[in-house]
This record gives sequence, C-alpha cells and structure tokens, in this order.
Amino acid sequence: MATQDIIARSATTTPMPQVRQPGEVAKLIDTSKCIGCKACQVACSEWNELRDEVGSNAGTYDNPNDLSAESWTLMRFAEYENPDSGNLEWLIRKDGCMHCAEPGCLAACPSPGAIVKYANGIVDFNQDKCIGCGYCITGCPFDIPRISQKDKKAYKCTLCSDRVAVGLEPACVKTCPTGAIVFGSKEDMQVHAAERIVDLKERGFANAGLYDPDGVGGTHVMYVLHHADQPSLYAGLPDAPAISPLVSLWKGVAKPLALLAMGATVLAGFFHYVRVGPNRVDEEEDPGEPTVHTVDPSVHVVDPNKQP
Amino acid sequence: MDMNRRQFFKVCGVGLGASSMAALGMAPPPAYAETIRHFKLASTRETRNTCPYCSVGCGLIMYSQGDGGKNVAQEIIHIEGDADHPVNRGTLCPKGAGLLDFVHSPNRLKYPEVREAGSGEWKRIGWDEALDSIAKLMKADRDANFVEKNAAGQTVNRWLSTGFLAASASSNESGYLTHKVVRSLGMLAFDNQARV
Repeated sequence: MATQDIIARSATTTPMPQVRQPGEVAKLIDTSKCIGCKACQVACSEWNELRDEVGSNAGTYDNPNDLSAESWTLMRFAEYENPDSGNLEWLIRKDGCMHCAEPGCLAACPSPGAIVKYANGIVDFNQDKCIGCGYCITGCPFDIPRISQKDKKAYKCTLCSDRVAVGLEPACVKTCPTGAIVFGSKEDMQVHAAERIVDLKERGFANAGLYDPDGVGGTHVMYVLHHADQPSLYAGLPDAPAISPLVSLWKGVAKPLALLAMGATVLAGFFHYVRVGPNRVDEEEDPGEPTVHTVDPSVHVVDPNKQP
Repeated sequence: MDMNRRQFFKVCGVGLGASSMAALGMAPPPAYAETIRHFKLASTRETRNTCPYCSVGCGLIMYSQGDGGKNVAQEIIHIEGDADHPVNRGTLCPKGAGLLDFVHSPNRLKYPEVREAGSGEWKRIGWDEALDSIAKLMKADRDANFVEKNAAGQTVNRWLSTGFLAASASSNESGYLTHKVVRSLGMLAFDNQARV
C-alpha cells in the first residue's frame, strides 16, 4: 500500500494523508464453526515464511503454547462446563492481532513509523524502524506483539497486508476448510455475523453475538461468539478491552514534560559552561587523608605515597 | 544575562553550526515506509496440481520462482489452494497448507530404493531395475500362491498373498487403468484410498 494509504503513524505529530478513502476490511472468525484444525496457523507460517521452533506439549491442544515472534496466530482451546445446560463446551478461538481502529500499540510506540495504520484498517509493524523497546506489548489490550530473540524486534499478524494490498484475502482466511474465517468489507462481515448470530440463537445460544469491542474503537478482526456476554470464557479474551491508562499518561503528559526538562537541562548546562566555565582543579593537591587506613597499629603497613 | 564578547561569539558559533548541520541533512529524515513487504508471488510461474495426502483430492497451485526462462532453475516457493477447484475452492487443511515443507523435506523419497533381505541399508536403484525386480517378485508370488479353483471346484482365479496400494490423487483415467491391471491379475487386497 502506498504512503497515501497510511493514515496513522507511531510517534509522528505531522498530519497524515486523509484524502483517499478505501473501504475498511475485516476478518470475521466464527468460533462456532471452528474445528481447531490449525490450517490457519500453517498457512500463516507458509505465507509469512515463519518456522517456529518445535516446542513441548503443555497438556493442552494449544500448539505452540503461546504466540511468538514466529507464530503470529494460534488456536486457543478452552473447556467450559455450561452451568445452564450441563454440557461441556470446547471453545476454540483463533488468537492473533485484532487490528484495532484505535491501536494501543501504535499509541504506545515511541519510534516514528515503526507502527502504521492503513486506511483499510490494517495495523502493521515496520521492523526496519522498530527499536525493540516492547512498549507495543504494554499498549496492546490483547497481549499480541512479541519481541524476537533473534533481532530484538516486535512481530505480530499483519492481516497479510501484502496480500490485501494486491486484492487478495489473508492466507488464514483462504485456507480455512470450514469457512470459520471469512474476509471482506467491514460492513459485509457485520452482516455475515448477524446472520450467524440469528442461526446460533435459534440453536439455543441465547447470548450469541459479535465481538467488535468499542474500547479500542472497534476491530478489524471480529469474532462471532456463542457466549458474547462472557468473552473471557474464550481463553481469556478481554471482556472490555481498553488501552492501558499508563500509555496516555506517558505519551500525553509525562513525555512532553520530560522532553522539556531534558531540553532545559541541556540549555542550562550549556550556559553554565559559557558563563562559569569548567571546574578547574588546583595545581597543588591537597594531601588530605592518608592513602592507607590503619586499623591495627601492630601490623606493618606499606604506604605507596611515602618514600621508604 | 550578561556575557562578554567572547562568550557571545561562542553561543552564536554553536547555533550557526547546529542549524547548518540540520540544513545539510544531518537531522533525522522524516522517512515513510512505502511498503513494508512486497507481494511475493507477483511474477511467479503457477502450476496446478492435486494434493497428494488424502482422497479428498484438493486442488493446489504451486508458485515457482522465475518466469520459466531457460536459464532459471524453477523452485517452488509457495503452495496454496486453487480457488477455482470445485473440491476445495481454495481451502486446504493443515497438512495441505504445509505442502511446501513436504516438497522440500530432506526426508522426501525422490528415487527407488531397496533394502534387500538381510541388509540393514537402503540402496538406491534405477527405475528399470526397480520395476523388473517388482515384476519378478510378483510373478514368483503369483505362481506360488494363485488360487484357480476353490474347495468346491468353482473357478475363482484369486491371488490373495499380495495387495496393492494406489494413490488417492490419481485421475479417473489412471484409477481405471490401475483397477484393470490389479483385478486382471486376480489381486483382491486393493486400496486406492478413493473413499470420499
């Protein structure tokens, strides 16, 4: 996508281009259709040329155990005993970047241009400009970015921005055998979700709904959940995600004040140097305290400053 | 603030130097990322194929580096589902989605090998040798174990001591031919994995 399509850029105060208005895209993940086959994980690794290390089993179907700089998406398996129906429900959620309309990572990032948001809604990391500070992890309400141990740079799902830019769907969407992951304009995905929700409600999931949280301005990766009233059932999906107040405190108040203080210190130092000059030491040294501190008078002491 | 002439010149000199450096481009440039990553399949050569794993027989497109020019060693760099294939319409399961690593696997079998009786080693052989050897072994086994008539004296023409495994990714035509060859030999244990 061209620079004109970048509508937000980390740590940048100059206004970004706003004229071009391509439609917003969205990926919709229907947890009720997902069978947990992990084809999306494989397709993601293949497209993005990532080969994570083979880990060890931690007692669940989650494989790998967590997202990493080389695993940008992950099926998370949760078991839920429904108290109303008495059924054991196996809730499977494809975890990965949500591509928030108000990205916490972008707000927190101190490196200009390391995180960008495109007009179609994709939030992308530019590792070329990433300084590896990890603030994006602090800023993310969904705990998605990971710092690579190889190059100390942050990585996450790109929503296949390179594919979407040329008119293709993301790799995970294309491969999904059950059609649990679908892709299109955000409006179309909301319509698609509404149809699914009607269907799920008819099948006894009274609280079925769409997960498109307002706390981050809506997302470009949305979920259809059977239990939309309790998103946290789905392996800790935040019930009400919001950007940490520390991010706005640091970027909004503390940072300008700190910059001002730093500037003032440098200026004061410069003028002190010009007006007062450097601190000079007198030629004749003050003998001061003896070099060797004597504790026990019976012990022979060699003082290098005294001639023998 | 009072400063003497020398101090005033120092301040002016530093200020002039700093602003000149900035004007000369020493200041950090306002760089903008045009594209973070380019579309990697833009001019690859596309080849259609069928997934070799199960009997669903999903359509694939294999993308290889280079445009097919005579000086280019084609190498498959990406495989994904064929959106125009009626079976899978672009989708692939986790095994099919990982076919690139299957193609490039160091453990992939690329030529006939034989482990002769009593040997612990696999030995590479040529196709002619392999086919001749298979034919000889088949004939020897069929001559020894072919059942022409059953206990009641009815003609059955069975060959029960050898089985045949064929591929799921075969076309209808090759499946038909395989069936004809195998059944005409009297073989009953025969699986083409064509059960979907």
